[in-house]
Amino acid sequence: MAKIELKNVKKSYGAVDVIKGIDLTIEKGEFMVFVGPSGCGKSTLLRLVSGLEDITTGDMLFDGERVNDILPSERGIAMVFQSYALYPHMKVYDNMAFGMKLAKSSKEEIDKRVREAAKLLQIEHLLDRLPKQLSGGQRQRVAIGRAITRDPRVFLFDEPLSNLDAALRVQTRLEIAKLHHQMGNVTMIYVTHDQVEAMTLADRIAVLRDGRLEQVGTPTELYERPNSLFVAGFIGSPKMNFLTGPFAAAHGCETLGIRSEHVVLGEDQPWAGEVLHVEDLGSDHFLFIELGASEPLICRRPGKTDIALGTKVKVGPHPDHLHRFDKDGKPLR
Amino acid sequence: MTTSKIAKGPSLQQQRVRAAFWFLAPMLVMLAIVAAWPLFRSISFSFTDATADTIFNGKAAWVGFDNYIEQRVRSNGEIRWRGVLLDAEWWNAVWNTVRFSLVSVALETVLGLLVALVLNAEFKGRGLVRAAILIPWAIPTIVSARMWGWMLNDQFGVINQMLLTVGLISEPIAWTARADTAMLAVLIVDVWKTTPFMALLILAGLQMIPRDMYEAAKLDGIHPVKVFFRVTLPLLKPALLVAVIFRVLDALRIFDLIYVLTPQSDATVTMSVLSYRQIQQFGDYGEGSAMSTLLFLIITAFVLLYIKLGRVDLSGEKS
Repeated sequence: MAKIELKNVKKSYGAVDVIKGIDLTIEKGEFMVFVGPSGCGKSTLLRLVSGLEDITTGDMLFDGERVNDILPSERGIAMVFQSYALYPHMKVYDNMAFGMKLAKSSKEEIDKRVREAAKLLQIEHLLDRLPKQLSGGQRQRVAIGRAITRDPRVFLFDEPLSNLDAALRVQTRLEIAKLHHQMGNVTMIYVTHDQVEAMTLADRIAVLRDGRLEQVGTPTELYERPNSLFVAGFIGSPKMNFLTGPFAAAHGCETLGIRSEHVVLGEDQPWAGEVLHVEDLGSDHFLFIELGASEPLICRRPGKTDIALGTKVKVGPHPDHLHRFDKDGKPLR
Repeated sequence: MTTSKIAKGPSLQQQRVRAAFWFLAPMLVMLAIVAAWPLFRSISFSFTDATADTIFNGKAAWVGFDNYIEQRVRSNGEIRWRGVLLDAEWWNAVWNTVRFSLVSVALETVLGLLVALVLNAEFKGRGLVRAAILIPWAIPTIVSARMWGWMLNDQFGVINQMLLTVGLISEPIAWTARADTAMLAVLIVDVWKTTPFMALLILAGLQMIPRDMYEAAKLDGIHPVKVFFRVTLPLLKPALLVAVIFRVLDALRIFDLIYVLTPQSDATVTMSVLSYRQIQQFGDYGEGSAMSTLLFLIITAFVLLYIKLGRVDLSGEKS
């Protein structure tokens, strides 16, 4: 429900600059994902939004109002922590109601809100249990439920799925996406190091690197028109193929990037190579082709493979999907 | 060993149990020598009339429970009861010990908690302060007792000097000698000495509480005092229970501090001191051992009671 604006926001711990000047606007009701490798400052940035950390210089505005000096509890935010941060000695119900009890809401009001949130997350049957009696996925839902009961303007998620196993992560991801649709106009900021989570959840993604914004855009923009070599390499799985030297020079650039699905096999293709390894995922398969470049070229093809290890093949890039970068890692378009 | 023997040998599980036993054996032997045997000897002496003269030549006679309680019929037919259990001096020592333990541990827990909360906060030079605060605990009790003995001295003591200067008292107080202040003196020194230990144990517990808990509470805008009582204290409880039991065990067998600071005062004599006096000064090994045995039983009772109460409380919270 809030529009969040960051204006040249910086954060230093002593002499160490962690956030080096960020300008970003997050629209009302938007699902914004901060993504980047560990140490890029994405969690710190989230903590600056929450108010758990103080901004060193710059301004942060919620709906046009400067919140730099407003207490976290008065910013109208709720946060879901990586560790869930549930109070282990309180039952699920009390965990969800704790923040509200002290906000002097009436007993009926608290009860209503807790039960509504529990219903939304399908954890009504867990209300009388202690956190230690719950599975990881259930705990995560309680943590989200606790955030919902606060009825916040802004929802903050700090790597909420990191402690879940792969299957549960996909399932909970879906639930968070559903929640975003249901809650419609609540602004959400979500921090993750997992680009798949970023791609699947976000309205827009902010890629951070070393305390700066590398690129902000929709998942499609980032995937199709990366603004730098870094973003090109970070977004997408498997990683984009990067070729240098003569391979790139032939296309008039320093580094040539090709997504694995844009590698074409055929007798008329320019590059000769040998199949080193095959990864079969069932629906797709990846060929790892040795071209004599620094890393084997990955080629993604649908269905099962009919190509044996050691086969000599000819490959080349799809001409409509070339990503060309100059020596500074900036795109040539 | 032949291969067939190996095949028929003990299962992996049995081998593990056997290996564990051999690893434990040296410790068990040590414990038997330094703990079990002295305890057994002490308890068995309490059922004899052993004295300094008879204790080592085997002439001590078995007297049953006479050291604890004994009926004596005088030549004139009058019946007299005696024994440790009827000894007013013993019960005075029991009362002193219990009073000392409860008050000192309570004070140390509260003060230790306060110190631990301060040390748990982040500030410059925290490492140094943490090390410095341990100094009172690191000083040998004999040394600190002597030191405090001088500070509390009625003629030359700095404490009397200070209190006189600010006008809180009009004449010097003989803190350690007066019956009404001796216990207070002992308590002051013990609290001074042991609070750091308590603080460190509690600090270890505090550091086990994830920072996220506090941050979640902060986002909810919960008042720090409320956070302390509703979040910190419940999460700290297990560590606190262990710290308190350590201190209670220690306090119930207090000896050195009192022996040095207030050696002859009836107001502070404890079970350990009395038992020591009985054995070392009067050479009455039988009665002294009876006192030691009773001390052992009283401490055991306290621990059992404490564990029981701790559990009851724990389950009460859940319901």
